[in-house]
Amino acid sequence: MIKRFMAVLLLAAVAGMFASLWLDFTPHETLTLTARYYAEHTAADLGAANIVTAIIVTYRGLDTLGEVTVLFLVATIVGLVLATAAAGRRADQAPAGELLMTGSRLLAPPILLFGVYVFVNGHLTPGGGFQGGAIIASGALLLLLADPLRTFSHRLITTVEALSGVTYVFIGVLGLILAGGFLDNRLLPIGTVGELFSAGAIPLIYSLIGLKVGAEFSSMLATLSATEDL
Amino acid sequence: MVFIAMAAGFILILIGFYGALTNRNLLRMIVSFTLADTGVHIVLVAVGALPGRTAPILDASVPVAEAVTRIVDPVPQALVLTAIVIGLGVTTLMLAYAYRLFAQKGTLDIAKFTELKW
Repeated sequence: MIKRFMAVLLLAAVAGMFASLWLDFTPHETLTLTARYYAEHTAADLGAANIVTAIIVTYRGLDTLGEVTVLFLVATIVGLVLATAAAGRRADQAPAGELLMTGSRLLAPPILLFGVYVFVNGHLTPGGGFQGGAIIASGALLLLLADPLRTFSHRLITTVEALSGVTYVFIGVLGLILAGGFLDNRLLPIGTVGELFSAGAIPLIYSLIGLKVGAEFSSMLATLSATEDL
Repeated sequence: MVFIAMAAGFILILIGFYGALTNRNLLRMIVSFTLADTGVHIVLVAVGALPGRTAPILDASVPVAEAVTRIVDPVPQALVLTAIVIGLGVTTLMLAYAYRLFAQKGTLDIAKFTELKW
């Protein structure tokens, strides 16, 4: 009881902090200096229609490389932590219903296609590599739900992940040689803002990120699903 | 609108903290953490929202020349995108460790893990 009281007391303090922040907050009337720079220069310099994508893939591209690395580490650690438990799986599960089996078989390809659509159009629409990768992994999750004993080809997942990761870094280094710096997207022609083939290397890089993230999420799901029931 | 979103975010953070502090079950604590995580994302996006403006995507309705006066701040949105992805990684790790702890002790009750208690 005393513990719960202390927790509520602590939360009341945090709530008071939040309340003062909330009461003091006035929304900006104009963009901040950084945001203004991005708004003014993205279209002319990088040719990307989606400014958030331009920030993530090009302006702060190195951070995104780090982020992808973190995801890779998570996938590896999850595999490592759960690896010893992966032996011996129950095969006496009742099969999923006809509806789920047929539905998943019908829906998985469109879901994969939609994921690809989302990351290929990342520089034009609210979408991109991380979102598209998550959608692809949701397709993999649907397949796992329909048949928990299904195994994905680890070789395929690892190959896709490794190849897209290496190509991502390779494009970054190419930008260093051919354009203004590491992960500079101007090594390909910028084109017209708003077209599919525009924004230089951004669609290419974001597609690679999408493939990599999709492969990583799928491998996490596969590891979690392949783990022995207790 | 910005204030409502921000208040909702703060309330979500508080709900998440309350759940993480009062629940003893590891899975419930993980769910609480993801709630608090979502609250932080909403607050961050709300900070970058400017009233009466639209998404930072240039198209027919937001010409390049008017972008500065028509779009919201894109920087917090980029930050939140990163935060969501990292948050997912953290959640996955927590789940994997919870699984290992359960495999070792046969329980998810945090009070039963006494090794780090003093």
